[in-house]
Order: sequence, then structure tokens, then C-alpha cells
Amino acid sequence: MTRYLVRRFLQALFVLWSAYTVCFAVLYLLPSDPVSLMVSAGSEQSMVDDAQVEALRAQYGLDRPVTVQYVDHLWHALRGDFGVSVQSGRDVTRVFLDVLPATLELAAAAFALALLLGLGLAYWGTYARRSWIRQTLLSIPPFWASLPTFWVGLMLVQLVSFRWGLLPATGNEGTRSLLLPAVTLALPTAAGIAQVFARSLRATETEHYITTAAAKGASPRRVHLRHSARNAALPALTLAGVWAGNLLAGSVVVETVFSRTGVGRTTATAVGTQDIPVVLGLVILSSLLFTVVNLAVDLTYPLLDPRILGSAATHPLKARAR
Amino acid sequence: MTESPAVTAAVTAAGPVTGTGRTGPQPAPDRRAAAGTGSGRRLLRAAGYLLRRPGLALSILLLLTVLVAAFFPTLLTSDNPLRGEVAERLRGPSADHWFGTDQLGRDLFTRMVHGAALSLQATVLAVAVGLASGAALGLVSGFFGGRTDAVIMRLVDLALAIPALLLALALITALGFGTVNVALAVGATSVAAFARVTRAEVLRVRTAVFVEAAVSCGARRDQVLLRHVLPHAWGPVLVLAALEFGTAVLAVSALSFLGFGAAPPTPEWGSLVSDGRTYLATAWWLTTMPGLTVVATVLAANRVARAFEGEQEKGR
Repeated sequence: MTRYLVRRFLQALFVLWSAYTVCFAVLYLLPSDPVSLMVSAGSEQSMVDDAQVEALRAQYGLDRPVTVQYVDHLWHALRGDFGVSVQSGRDVTRVFLDVLPATLELAAAAFALALLLGLGLAYWGTYARRSWIRQTLLSIPPFWASLPTFWVGLMLVQLVSFRWGLLPATGNEGTRSLLLPAVTLALPTAAGIAQVFARSLRATETEHYITTAAAKGASPRRVHLRHSARNAALPALTLAGVWAGNLLAGSVVVETVFSRTGVGRTTATAVGTQDIPVVLGLVILSSLLFTVVNLAVDLTYPLLDPRILGSAATHPLKARAR
Repeated sequence: MTESPAVTAAVTAAGPVTGTGRTGPQPAPDRRAAAGTGSGRRLLRAAGYLLRRPGLALSILLLLTVLVAAFFPTLLTSDNPLRGEVAERLRGPSADHWFGTDQLGRDLFTRMVHGAALSLQATVLAVAVGLASGAALGLVSGFFGGRTDAVIMRLVDLALAIPALLLALALITALGFGTVNVALAVGATSVAAFARVTRAEVLRVRTAVFVEAAVSCGARRDQVLLRHVLPHAWGPVLVLAALEFGTAVLAVSALSFLGFGAAPPTPEWGSLVSDGRTYLATAWWLTTMPGLTVVATVLAANRVARAFEGEQEKGR
């Protein structure tokens, strides 16, 4: 067990480090210059002469070789310092910590909704008695996945807020303003959960333990809930990290549509002003989220499926692919 | 290998995306020619295939319309997308203005038709970038194996760990705005998926007897790779390309909605929705119509991709 834990932890650290490195390479090696962007922000012509640009470059340490910058940035990042926003001059860590609670609230609500919708759709879509109900239910997730998130949000605002006047269209105040954004953000994730869960529910049908349970006289409902659903939930669980990341990414669009403050809107603004440190910070935040969720899944996995420790601590995702 | 000509035609119609794939050698052209004698019979069979699948036929029709809009917009509308008549501003959908008019009296249908050009070109470019670089990486990774394979696959795993939209946003920050940069960023996010599928296929084909035969006959490695492995590994990669088409339409329009695409007043599907936002309470058609067009295009593309996938599996 200890070896399993240590392995997982080291792997998580490795993913974080490589995500940071790749993103650093993209943002700092591609032909874009933060300083010239900064001084020309909002206007076509630069008001600053070359000497001042050089001074700014030196101030941000951009005149040093890229490798030196990389080591320096990594060293600071290890201590939780992700630099300073080029636009606002504020600490990137502070910028995100201020808006993180609002986004976490939204993402948590959306995830709960997505779980409910996704698992429910897949379960009834697989086990409903009439075949037309099954077909209708199972055709919903691919349809949801084809809807542009930004448009779904606007349609909801148009109908629910403007036409029927039921819920506020924008803002961060209270549960009522959380409902529409959460539904919008939940749909693509629910579609993903439903598709994976339905597939693994079908896969359990041919397993011997299902035949055994049925042969021992368990009712169909008991077989479905206690035997099929419990085993089918495991593959869906391994994708939790991907879904957490998608919720964070989806918040960029959803928070823009609903004019909510949060990590997503901060990111959209940062990309708009080409604020490289903030964007780098967000990618780190999302890979941190991904690794933490995956680590949590990896750690709870042996509790749910003891076989995983027996098979020399293979990664759940790989074990599934085999 | 009974790949229906209808599906081949349909997927080729879905865009140069799969068109690029068509430059690769066809799996079994002789056998297919033998199946139907003469083009008349083949046409009949294609018509029958589509008649049994009205949804697919409708999807192909819609995709063709969108493609015509993208490349020959003047065939569908004679109006100017940038000029409006102020007297006709904010009119709802009618016989004159199918999708209504915007706040400057510009016809929304005309703007959608002209917007299709940029939006679809970006989509096609994105899928082409993803397909070309992903397939190349997967091919190298699968064929050479060993340390090359390990390094490439670790990078692929990593790319799959970062959500696609965030990766695209990071790339746009570095590259700057504009339709081409949006397309490149969206394309880059699909490289990992293409690399993974290609590698899996190459691993499957690599051990085949004909590859062994080619090697033992003294063929050079690059010849074996391009002449013998690639043509047999294409299928699932092309299916993925067809599926990625719908995803790319969504991603491109989302980034355009966020304002990272073409500068106004040039119309793009995503930016048209975002322009209509201001009039959400009074002019519903300004956001509803462009959005419905995107949804219909994505659904049609996915339907065609699924048909292609089905035929591919049947051929196995």
C-alpha cells in the first residue's frame, strides 16, 4: 500500500512539472513578447521608446536566456509564486484565490447536476422496459454534446430570464443566480458521464457475476443496482479528473455568458489582453486540479476494487485499457 | 471491404478534411469496382442506401449547403453582408429576411452565409493540422517503438490531461488573435488524439505478414512505412477526423464567441452569436438563428461520421 501511494504521488508531481514545462515552452518560446504587448495594450502605436522597453524587459527578467528564466520561474512556482499579472500588476496567485470560491461553487453545483443527469440517463437508457424509451434516452447525450455551451447559456437566459422572468440572467448573488450557469456547464459533462456509464453498464451484462446473481434469485432491480451499476461506476470514476478539468475550462465560456466573476472570466480577460503569467497560472491550476482529483481517485480505487493492489499497482486507466 | 460509395461520397463532401485523406491509396478499389458494374448501378445503390437512412441523407444535404456557403457564398445570397438598410433594422425572420436583420439592418442570413467561409475554413484547417501532425507522430511512435515511442506517448498523455479549451486559449495567448490562429490552436488540441489512434493502428498493422515480407524483400524503412503500413492504418484515423470535424466547429465557434477570431465587422458564426447578445431581450433571432445553424452543422457532421464509422467496422 505504501509503495502504491508513493508511486502515485511521484507520478502526480511528474505530471505537474511537465505540464508547467510544456506550457512555459508554448508561452515563452513562441514569437510573442509580453513587454511589447504590455506597452501597446489598447493602442496600435507604442507610446514608449526603445530604452524604456529595454528597462521593462530587464525589470521582468525577460532579457535573460530562456533557460535561466525557466529555472527561475520554476523555482518561484514551487514556492507558490506564479509571478505578477502584466495588466493589473497584481500577484497571479492572489488574482486566482480571490475568484476561486465563486468558480468552485459553480463547478460543484454543475458536477452534482451532471452526475445526477448522466448516471440517471445511462441507467434508465439501459434498463427501461420499453425499447423506444431506451433509444430516446440514449440519443440524448450525443445531442447534448453537439450543443455549443455559449449558445445553450444564451437560450436559457432568453427563455427563463427574459421571457418567463423566473431567474436572474447575470450576477453572482445567491443560489438563484447559480442555477442557470450550473445547468449550462453541466450538460456537456453529463453527456460524457452518460456515454461512459452506459457503455460500461452494457459491458457488465456478459459478466459471470451477473449470471450468478440472477441465478441465485436476485431481482432484476437488485442485479442492476447492486451488481451492474456498482461495477460499471468504476471506469466512470477514473475519468473524474478529465471532467473536473473540463468543468474548469467550461467556466471560461459560462462565466462570460452569465457575466459572473470567477476563474473562467478572469482567464477570458487575460487571454484578451495576452496576460501571459495569468494564463500560465490557469493552466497550472487546471493541471493541479486534474492531478489532485486523479490522485484522490487512485487512492480511493483500491478501497472500491481491492483487485487493483493485487495486480502490482497498475494504473486504473491502463488496467481498463488492457 | 464493402465501403459504400454513398458514404465515401458523403464523407468526401464533408470537407477537404477527409479529402486530404483521400490522397492516400484506397484500400481496395478493384474489389469495389467489381461489386457494381457501371456507374449507373453504383448510383442506384447509393440512392437506395440513402433512402433507407433519411437522417443521413438530410445531414449530407445540409453539409453540402454549408460547404457551398463557405466556398461560393454568392450562389446562396446576393446581398452584401456588411451593408445594411437602417430602415430595416431589427426585423424578425420573414420571407425577405429568413433569419431577420440586425441592429444595422444587415440581413442575418447573408451574414451567416458569408460567415460560413471563415468558420468552416478554420474548422477544416484545424482538423487538417491535427490530422497531419497527429498521424505523423503516431506513425513514428508506433513504427519505431522503444524510447521514441515512450517519449511521444508521455507527451500525448500530458496533452490529454490539459482540457482542450484551456490549451487552445494558452496557444492563442502566445500566437495572437485571428481566424488562422484560432484554427491552429484548435488543431493543436486534437494532435494527441490523432497520434494515439494512429499509433494503435500502426502497432496492429506492423506485425502483419505483408509488412514482414516487404522488410525481408529489402524495402527501405520509409518505403515500408508509407507504402505498406500507412494505407492499412488510415481507416480509424479518418473516422476520427470526421468526428473531430464536429468538435472543431464547436471549438472554433466558442473561441470566436469569446472574441478571439476575426475582427468586426467580418462575420463569423461564433461572433454573430456574441453580437446578438446585446439584443437578447428584444431580438431573439440574432442569437437563436446562428446557434441553430452551428447545432445543425455539428449534428449533421456527427451523423455522417457515424455512418462512415459503421461502414468502416463492417469492412473489417
